[in-house]
Amino acid sequence: MMDQLVRQYSRSPHQNEFYSEQEQHDLTEGLPPLSLKFSLPPVANHSAFLRAMTDDHSNPNCPIKLAHGTTTLAFRFQGGIIVCTDSRATAGSWIASQTVKKVIPVSRLSRGEDKPGSEPVPGLLGTMAGGAADCQYWLRYLSQQCTLHEIRHKRRITVAAASKILANLTYAYKGYGLSMGTMLAGVTPQEGPALYYIDSDGTRLPGNMFCVGSGQTFAYGVLDANYRYDLTEEEALELGRRSILAAMHRDAYSGGFINLYHVKEEGWVHHGFNDMNPIFWKTKLEKGEFSNVTSEL
Amino acid sequence: MSSPFDINGGACVAMVGKDCVAIACDLRLGMQALTVSNNFPKIFNFAPGTYLGLTGLATDVSTVSDLFRYKVNMYRLREERHIAPQTLANLVSSSLYERRFGPYFVSPVIAGINNTTGKPFICGFDSIGCIDFAKDFIVSGTASDQLFGTCEGLWEPDLSPENLFETISQALLSAVDRDALSGWGAQVYIIEKDKVTQRLLKGRQD
Repeated sequence: MMDQLVRQYSRSPHQNEFYSEQEQHDLTEGLPPLSLKFSLPPVANHSAFLRAMTDDHSNPNCPIKLAHGTTTLAFRFQGGIIVCTDSRATAGSWIASQTVKKVIPVSRLSRGEDKPGSEPVPGLLGTMAGGAADCQYWLRYLSQQCTLHEIRHKRRITVAAASKILANLTYAYKGYGLSMGTMLAGVTPQEGPALYYIDSDGTRLPGNMFCVGSGQTFAYGVLDANYRYDLTEEEALELGRRSILAAMHRDAYSGGFINLYHVKEEGWVHHGFNDMNPIFWKTKLEKGEFSNVTSEL
Repeated sequence: MSSPFDINGGACVAMVGKDCVAIACDLRLGMQALTVSNNFPKIFNFAPGTYLGLTGLATDVSTVSDLFRYKVNMYRLREERHIAPQTLANLVSSSLYERRFGPYFVSPVIAGINNTTGKPFICGFDSIGCIDFAKDFIVSGTASDQLFGTCEGLWEPDLSPENLFETISQALLSAVDRDALSGWGAQVYIIEKDKVTQRLLKGRQD
């Protein structure tokens, strides 16, 4: 009895950090449980067929129009990670919605209330650019996988691992017409603040700063000009807001509401979902920016 | 996409009221998704109380407005009087049809009050000059589908100049807020006999 106890407690403290052979096999060799359930068009080459039907760059008259057009950004700084997005969904030039939530909480613990300014919620954040359905579905799938990871291993998944689940998935479906450009942000004990970019080509990149979507260039312009790693929390939130505002103003396919999040050690905090128009006029009239806009006849 | 009518974006609407007409346009000029200017009015004056709105390809908007300034100036010198809105409509129609096999990519709208009869007049055209006479309203531009909706919902007969201003403004602003390629501010003209009021609307800047 004593021997057993000694054996149990004398294992090196990090022994549990590693996966057993069986666990490694399950994690790497197992097929995504949903992958075989999608019905595919009854033609010889479905990836070419799907591309012809959905890609409006190569075929402007393609019958299936996906919702595109977005600006999303995330950057790492001294106090954590800022995540900020617009809220417009367009189908062609038609504005389908001005109130889309493009920041999606990932992981089981973060399914609770999402009130601005409330207590930090543990978990990762994902952003949505490209096909709305693709992003929503696969981030929900990722959420499921993260929760399973949490149950199996009794600890939260790292951002590196979570992003790899998504990247492996998008790579498996490469050529099938998935359209997504997403960023995963989170703070874990193993990694500290971590930020990854994943897209439907199968790209997966770690980094300090990303802007994704049709308005990305405008956001990069403002962000690059004013970014420093030692920004205060207040300054960082304002920079995120201002960068998205610039993109909403210049990019026809971005607009609506500014959705702002701050990810820190204890979890993420929501800093509001605010209409851009009053913020724009305030920025123009009080700070003298946007002098290109006429406000008098 | 990439139809010449949708490259630069823009919207225009004209409405009839009681002894008055109104015409309004947005101010955006873009190149596809990129907004290049937010001060590109699409309404041009050709005689007291006679206005022409042009939406479509921006280079043709400028060219066609310049062409009609020239033609209307020549008309005024020859006839020694201002052009009536109905006459302008026929001039626009036949001038556009001259380009039947290589049209200007514009959708013109005319609004005015006839100086001799005192009656309000509005009409619209397709790009090769077919006139669309209407008793209520005319819409054109990338937000025309949306404008049809808002105008059908808001317009009623015999509006006073004040109510007509409110109606056309709400119709235009609501419509362009659902179109990615137009908006960024708007201009409104309320035309009464012997009086024209011009106003700038502060629209959403996204």
